Amino acid sequence: MVSENTELTYNSKIEGEVIVSRADAVINWIRTNSMWPMPMGLACCAIELMATAASRFDIARFGAEVMRFSPKQADVMIVSGTVTYKMSAAVRRIYDQMAEPKWVIAMGACASSGGMYRSYAVLQGVDRILPVDVYVSGCPPRPEALLDALMKLQDKVKREPSASKLLSA
Amino acid sequence: MPAAADAVAAVKGRWPGVGDRPSLDLPAINVPAADLLAVLAFLRDEHGFDMLTDIAGVDWGVEASPRFSAVYHLFGTASHEYLRVAADCADLAEPSLPSAVALWPAANWHEREAFDMLGIRFGGHPDLRRILMWDEYPHFPLRKDFPLAGVDTPLPDLAVVAETKVNAIAAPMVGGPFVASSGEINLTEAEPRAKDESWNEKRPKPAS
Repeated sequence: MVSENTELTYNSKIEGEVIVSRADAVINWIRTNSMWPMPMGLACCAIELMATAASRFDIARFGAEVMRFSPKQADVMIVSGTVTYKMSAAVRRIYDQMAEPKWVIAMGACASSGGMYRSYAVLQGVDRILPVDVYVSGCPPRPEALLDALMKLQDKVKREPSASKLLSA
Repeated sequence: MPAAADAVAAVKGRWPGVGDRPSLDLPAINVPAADLLAVLAFLRDEHGFDMLTDIAGVDWGVEASPRFSAVYHLFGTASHEYLRVAADCADLAEPSLPSAVALWPAANWHEREAFDMLGIRFGGHPDLRRILMWDEYPHFPLRKDFPLAGVDTPLPDLAVVAETKVNAIAAPMVGGPFVASSGEINLTEAEPRAKDESWNEKRPKPAS
């Protein structure tokens, strides 16, 4: 006689204290839910970045509330604002000091393309000096747009072959 | 008699080279560069114009003579009156003026900005470095013969340049210049935006 199986969830009596999963799934799960931003606030977009971190929009819902002003503790650089040529070397140096793995969000028109500053003083898009993962349109973008960019970046990180990258590094 | 008119009359009596300057708002005088510091000190000490609110450099155009001027805005904190003092640079290619830092420490950064943007050298300035552009920048970007988009220029941080292969380039001006239309009722149209779509990156701008 076959008893009806009512076990729908994880049963530690059967499985022991062990969970089996893919390394990629675990690593990417950890990375996506604790992306600490490096707030590279250079202009008015930084105000929206602050709003994104504050209670109404609450970037903590996505595990990215720990703004790190030390690049060594940050995972994702959010370039929010106009990058001048004079500032560009500093931005690149701070990016270089971030530990791998690291990602970049170009927030707003200025960081993405120079925006309305078609001028002698402004870097025409931060992608000239950094590998950008997500671009956010808007001048400045709404906090929801930045949250959307963060979720897009999380989707991208979830698809990365992290384990093989770690082993081959 | 108001302090500003009083001061203008006194300055003109003492320095015959000083003349009236056309002005829509404030009392204004033109001062020869040689007399500039003496006039400013006189206005500060004898007529209570004790605050320097601004120094603005002006480029009147490539063909103009004199080409460069500096405009000083003085304010009397007791009389609550402004006075505008303008001085032309005699040399067209290497414009220079005496520095007012000894009279007002506030002149320091104003003069550095005028030097950075227009190349007016202020003799006797204690620290005449660029204030906005980086130190090695070879141009004066607010001169009339400098293109708005800029010109190709190497960046100063050699390590970063070696890594990124990036220099300062002329900005793409397609659809520009991006200037606001004042007096436009429709605010969307008045905003700075690409308005001339007759040319783009592939098709050159038609000769006007």
